[in-house]
Amino acid sequence: MNRSELPKVTRNMLRSAFLLALVAVIGTTLLAGIHALTRDRIAAQERRVVLEQLNQVLPGSEYDNALHEDVIEIRDYSYFKHDEPFLVYRARKQGRPVAVVLNLVTADGYNGDIRLLVAIRVNGLIAGVRVIAHRETPGLGDPVERARSDWVLGFDGRSLTDPGQKDWAVRRDGGIFDQFTGATITPRAVVEAVQAALEFFAAQQDSIFAPVQAETSHDQDR
Amino acid sequence: MTRTGELKSILMDGLWRQNTGLVVLLGLCPLLAVTGTVINGLGLGLATMLTLMASNLSVSLLRGLLRPEIRIPAFVLIIASVVTALELLMQAWLYDLYRILGIFIPLIVTNCAIIGRAEAFASRNRPLPALVDGLATGLGFCITLILLGALREMIGRGTLLADAHLMFGRLGENLTIVVIPGHPGFLLAILPPGAFIALGFLIAGRNWWQARRSRYPPEIAVVAHQARP
Repeated sequence: MNRSELPKVTRNMLRSAFLLALVAVIGTTLLAGIHALTRDRIAAQERRVVLEQLNQVLPGSEYDNALHEDVIEIRDYSYFKHDEPFLVYRARKQGRPVAVVLNLVTADGYNGDIRLLVAIRVNGLIAGVRVIAHRETPGLGDPVERARSDWVLGFDGRSLTDPGQKDWAVRRDGGIFDQFTGATITPRAVVEAVQAALEFFAAQQDSIFAPVQAETSHDQDR
Repeated sequence: MTRTGELKSILMDGLWRQNTGLVVLLGLCPLLAVTGTVINGLGLGLATMLTLMASNLSVSLLRGLLRPEIRIPAFVLIIASVVTALELLMQAWLYDLYRILGIFIPLIVTNCAIIGRAEAFASRNRPLPALVDGLATGLGFCITLILLGALREMIGRGTLLADAHLMFGRLGENLTIVVIPGHPGFLLAILPPGAFIALGFLIAGRNWWQARRSRYPPEIAVVAHQARP
């Protein structure tokens, strides 16, 4: 065997490694190309869905700012039963605050997280509520979806004082909101989260619409 | 065997004799998980079919390079690339359907039927038969998904083709057929156990049909033939 020549086994191994690397490079190149081609379109699709959802809880005619961009993240975990920061979209018309839309998660669902949009006008009344993601039992817990029932419209126009504190609950708990046949946990979670959203807004309304430093400072207050 | 005869045999294997969902029973995880409605089944079925065709074709084209010791990791790389590409394309053009099938699309990578076809067929055949094999296997899987989705949707919700707009846009809005008006909903059919039960009936139905056909052969008994070189 020639000294400069590697043993046959090593040569074989190197060739295999090279071929495998070649396949990986081809695959990666292809993916990078497709990613570059689809990136803008995917971002547009995501933006479209966010706007569609926001428009369901707050009609587009009520504000004139770019709602999906005027958003702050709140890292205050005392309101909602979840360890994830929640988003607050700030709707304004001609620069004046009109409403907020909260994108929040509650962990109290029967089957894990329920994600909600809650729109509250500056006068403290609810403009709309939608459940945008959940894993509740099909047929039992899913009437919280707008597509399956009108239940969630029952929040429209409500506020912290209508109904009063002890009536902000499902009927089973002595409140005024319906539960569903065979499912109390799901609507209870939603009712509690909506009430918490109202409480958050009542307490933080000024700092939400104030310039940036306000919402970082109230982190330490609590 | 003639060229067309060979392709025909490949088609029959994928669609009937070796149907992934009903005979080989591979890829059951996505099969059972998404078949709550016809449209979900169709969406995942088409995605799986495209993956199979693309991966079979790539494997067949690269089969000269794929030495035995690296072929399995190479298959995995190819399949993962194909599925990721498909996921990106779906996000860009069928975003609403993607939001429903989302978590099951990456799972196509783990569908053993795909690596199975790469290993058993594509790595030993020319590109055209490999492509046809991908089409046939994928189509067989897709049809199984659609049948299962139809069965579960009809029994569970009393409709067919609900939410068709997710796939066909405006055109799909009027496609929904209400089979049983005022259906109260039958939870079992929609939940995972319903998927197992419905799949059991489909497999039983296929076996029954197969047994009946072989007891009274129409003409000459067809000898199952695996198209292999």
